[in-house]
Amino acid sequence: MPSVDFVNVTKRFDGVLAVDRATFDVESGEYVCVLGPTGSGKTTLLRLIAGLLKPDDGIILFDGRPVNAVEAHNRNAVYVPQQYALFPHLTVLQNVAFGPLARGKSEDEALEIARQTLEMVRLSGRAQALPSELSGGMQQRVALARGLASGSSLLLLDEPLGALDARLRLELRHRLRELVKQSGITAIHVTHDRDEAMSVADRIMVLRDGRILDYNQPIRVYTRPTGIFVANLIGGASFLEGIVEKVAPDSIVVRIRGGLLIKAPAEPLAIDERVILGIRKERVQISPSKLQAENVLEGQVRESRFLGSTREYVIRLTNGDTILSRRFLESENPAFAPQQRISVSFEQSDVMIFTYPPHGLRNELAMI
Amino acid sequence: MQNAKTKADGSFLILHDLLTAIERLSASPLIVKSVYSVALGFFLLIVIAPAIVGILAQLLLLPSLTLSAAVVARMRSAVVWSFVIGLTVSSLDVLAGIPLAWLIVRRRRHWTTILDSLADIPFIIPTVALGFSVLEFWSTPSGIGAILGANKALSQGMLLIILLHFAFSFPVIVRVMVGEFLNYRETFEVAARTLGASAFTAVRTVTLPILRPGLLAAFLLALARSLSETGATIVVAGAFENGTVFIKNARDAGLASAVVISSVLLIACSLLVFAFIKIVTPRIRTAPLRVWPNFERKLSSRSTVRARDAVSLLVFFVFVLLPCLFIAFPAIEAVANGTIKEAVADVGPWHVFWSSMLLSYIVALLATGVNVVLGLPVAVLIARNRIGQHATKIVDALVDVPIIVPSLALGVSLKFFWSNMGALPEFWVLVLAHTTITYSYFVRAMAASVQGIAPELEEAARTLGAHPFRVFRKITLPLTKYSLLSGAILVFTRSVDETGATSAVSATLKTAPVLLVDWIRGSVAVTSSELALGIGFLAATSFLALVVLRSITLRQPKRK
Repeated sequence: MPSVDFVNVTKRFDGVLAVDRATFDVESGEYVCVLGPTGSGKTTLLRLIAGLLKPDDGIILFDGRPVNAVEAHNRNAVYVPQQYALFPHLTVLQNVAFGPLARGKSEDEALEIARQTLEMVRLSGRAQALPSELSGGMQQRVALARGLASGSSLLLLDEPLGALDARLRLELRHRLRELVKQSGITAIHVTHDRDEAMSVADRIMVLRDGRILDYNQPIRVYTRPTGIFVANLIGGASFLEGIVEKVAPDSIVVRIRGGLLIKAPAEPLAIDERVILGIRKERVQISPSKLQAENVLEGQVRESRFLGSTREYVIRLTNGDTILSRRFLESENPAFAPQQRISVSFEQSDVMIFTYPPHGLRNELAMI
Repeated sequence: MQNAKTKADGSFLILHDLLTAIERLSASPLIVKSVYSVALGFFLLIVIAPAIVGILAQLLLLPSLTLSAAVVARMRSAVVWSFVIGLTVSSLDVLAGIPLAWLIVRRRRHWTTILDSLADIPFIIPTVALGFSVLEFWSTPSGIGAILGANKALSQGMLLIILLHFAFSFPVIVRVMVGEFLNYRETFEVAARTLGASAFTAVRTVTLPILRPGLLAAFLLALARSLSETGATIVVAGAFENGTVFIKNARDAGLASAVVISSVLLIACSLLVFAFIKIVTPRIRTAPLRVWPNFERKLSSRSTVRARDAVSLLVFFVFVLLPCLFIAFPAIEAVANGTIKEAVADVGPWHVFWSSMLLSYIVALLATGVNVVLGLPVAVLIARNRIGQHATKIVDALVDVPIIVPSLALGVSLKFFWSNMGALPEFWVLVLAHTTITYSYFVRAMAASVQGIAPELEEAARTLGAHPFRVFRKITLPLTKYSLLSGAILVFTRSVDETGATSAVSATLKTAPVLLVDWIRGSVAVTSSELALGIGFLAATSFLALVVLRSITLRQPKRK
């Protein structure tokens, strides 16, 4: 199985940077998700790996060997485009047998491989159907089977579940990972759905404007994001502006609007430095009575949003800032009514602290 | 300045109001139905009826249907040869045309844009001039004989007919396939490449099978062009007879029955062959998928691709462009010997020439205008199956009639029909004849293109509140502009260079190609440089018009 390395890879389109000095590695057999908003360079990155685009600068290596000059058909990296690109004039079986045939297998061998792979994706019964006769979910599985059957050890999936409905997406994403892991191949999966990325990836790469902002295990990206943009993209949070009031060896104290003080984990920051604090919604506790915690604030419920298994409360703090709290659904009726005065609390370790971004908080929170 | 701006603003306002009024009108189903009915009525009564009724009426009016055994044998062999030549030429066209169309679309360089325009040259040279040009190039000591030796020059006959038909039908394939390749979604090819297929394998197993309907349409157009061409074929045929040459020879020999019977036979056989190809080909299941990876990889290597490009260009220049332009080469002398000054000064034969040029362009513009306006609704009817499956199939089949019918037979038929329809001025008979002759080119191109647009796009626009005319103007039209333009180019150039039928329908009015035929045949005494210059003017003005039109309308975004 190949490992993939990017060393300072840059790609421009008409002078606009689509990938900006990207340096990263994908280990052999790893499942990596590339996450980012529209136009962040995800597909370009995938097409560079596939050999469908050539980098303007930098080196791409497969198993330590540069592949910049290797053509797409010799890279052994299968690109599965967003709309699957199943060949409309070929049957499902012929579509899946296409890769082995193109790579020199005999017709009998290729058909045997295709049949086995269709078995894997549970589509043997539709082998003679044309792609247009299949549902979206089936087409997705045929596209996957076609990729797996080709014998390639690197699978490049461009929004593989993007065209499916939400329920099917949930069902198929685990099956997708299972199949990839079963086959022991390396997979790079582009998506803009953070839940999808979190649940299938060994590592998540976050892209914005062609730059890699974060690349780590899902839990690390979630709990210790490298910046406000990443924190907001992965899981969402409430962000509060403040100034460093006190720096201690094990903590720092930040003064937010209205003179309220918040204790945060220690970071190498200086007194009076402008910072942004981020607090995940599910880490914010709310109660009608005053809570015991390291950070306790007062506020008023402005809105309660029903989200299925959870309920989200929008709380206006006494200083005018807004903070969100998410709780598992306790009953049919919300535990807190709008306008109700409540106490808000969170632990020091739950506070993420970021230096103030040069272009302001709003810019960091913009998704496009 | 201010005045001019106000005036321009005023014109835009009037145009805007007019379009809004049409959009509102298009909301009424009655108006929409009326538009389709008028277009369909025009097609059936003005385009098709004269072409079919004229010839059938003549058949019914024949005193006797019997022909001598010798004439029957000649006729049978001529019709068979028509199909042998037509099918051979169309197959060669496909083999040579696809790589050139590919080169034009995928290379995307300035020179390929010029190449794209050069591919239209055979369209804009009058067919009879084309015949003489091909004859001069391949069979005279000053042509290929000058390079390969006089004994290598070809004599008139079947081979020369094949070379001629290849020269003028080749651009048809290139034009249609360029449009197909431009509209093709490359994702399929990309997927095939990353699955390990070489470029050649991807195109052979994925791209071309997906583009099969377009390829088939192009093949049929080329076949029709070969089957129906008369004027130029006569020039290069010598003693050899194919269907159209037989009709001409029979006409010259005063064999009226043979003319009518052979025309009807040729038309009937053509319709049968067309129907067979159209019905059978789409039903052929794809052959088993076979790949020869190593061999096809070699075919995809850079050196082989370069060699293929070079061969495509060589074939185009040697077998198409040079033979077509050969007759215009003496035009270079015309600059040196002062003929060009005479031409500009409008003296000698040039006065008549310029009037006939003007007539040619007026007729071509009118025919193109009528076809675009009245052909578009019919193209939509066909593409969207608006009149039911059976009726659509019939209309679809009838659209091909004007290009299948040999142009001389068509001219005879149209003249017979219109001369019996009362006192229609000759100019309008000419316009109507050209409308009939060129009708199929536009409707075919547009119907294929509209079929390629997902109906969901139009439906989405409708649900967003757009009236049918607005949907057409803002969604359908912009998405089909290349086909619209290539259809219009085909109509315009075909009209400008049409000779056979034009000479049959008009007794006094002479379009430029008809006048040039007189010059070629010596009925008007002109020098070789005058003749070359005349052909050069006709070809150059059409070519310039095409280049300008294309550069204005087709500002394609650069591929990344």
